[in-house]
Amino acid sequence: MIVPFGHVLMVAGIIFALGVFCAVVRRNLIMIVLGIEIMLNAVSIAFVAAALRWNNLEGQTFVLFILAVAATEVSVGLAIIVYAFRRTGSFDPSNFNLLR
Amino acid sequence: MTLYGFLFYLISAVVIGATAIAITRRNLVHAVVYLIVSYFGTAMLFYLFGAPLLAALEIIIYAGAIMVLFLFVVMMIRVESPEEVMFPLSQWLPAAIFGLIYLGAALVTIVETPGTEVSLRMLTATPRQFALYVFEHHWFSIEVISILLLLALIGALNLGIRKGARQGSSAHDADARTAGGPAGSISTPREAASAAVEEEI
Repeated sequence: MIVPFGHVLMVAGIIFALGVFCAVVRRNLIMIVLGIEIMLNAVSIAFVAAALRWNNLEGQTFVLFILAVAATEVSVGLAIIVYAFRRTGSFDPSNFNLLR
Repeated sequence: MTLYGFLFYLISAVVIGATAIAITRRNLVHAVVYLIVSYFGTAMLFYLFGAPLLAALEIIIYAGAIMVLFLFVVMMIRVESPEEVMFPLSQWLPAAIFGLIYLGAALVTIVETPGTEVSLRMLTATPRQFALYVFEHHWFSIEVISILLLLALIGALNLGIRKGARQGSSAHDADARTAGGPAGSISTPREAASAAVEEEI
């Protein structure tokens, strides 16, 4: 493969920036969790490319752990979102101001 | 440019484009489906980088389990297509400028750092090599991950069951979802738990 390592990092960085944009700008809880997923995905790309760059399987092992943590985070996060939706009837995070 | 290099740029363009479309959709189902396209592209990138097992796991877990979980939640809860108001321009313009500056600085840093111009070689870690490496060096972390998945399962179940009991006893809930309430609240943690179980398998 004749691709410089920096180009892979650039692709991962752009996808990470898209994820940050999604998590910060969107005012919908499900889209915020989707943005976090996009960020984890970008980090996975960078890790796998680094594993190939230094010929070390540590990077791929870390991606395995990222997959497990992403599955955990999504299952608990979506359960919390559904719980919050049942209480407030909305997905807008600005409606969750019970403590104010 | 070899065929693999061309494939990398092609797939990367598709992944970035699909993600950019996904994060701007107002319809949540469309967003999730575009994100599935993005994850398929990511799996192909993993395969190009010599991680066939991770490519398979990416499709099974990300595109299969997690995105289907999102679809279930989106379909289970009726979203009355809320007029999702954007922040006013004066509020997010400085944030956007700062973010673009950071992105540009990061890209320049990547270009200028020595060692990033090294071309990647074509190598493949077979699933056998990868599994042997993982269970030789990180067997304890695998056990910790399994406990984490069990905790997620218990937590998701707890979040759903407690709400169902409260709704049955007091029934002071504001929105009038009489029929769909208890059944939905029971099926939610089950979906979440099934994702965790699939991950564990």
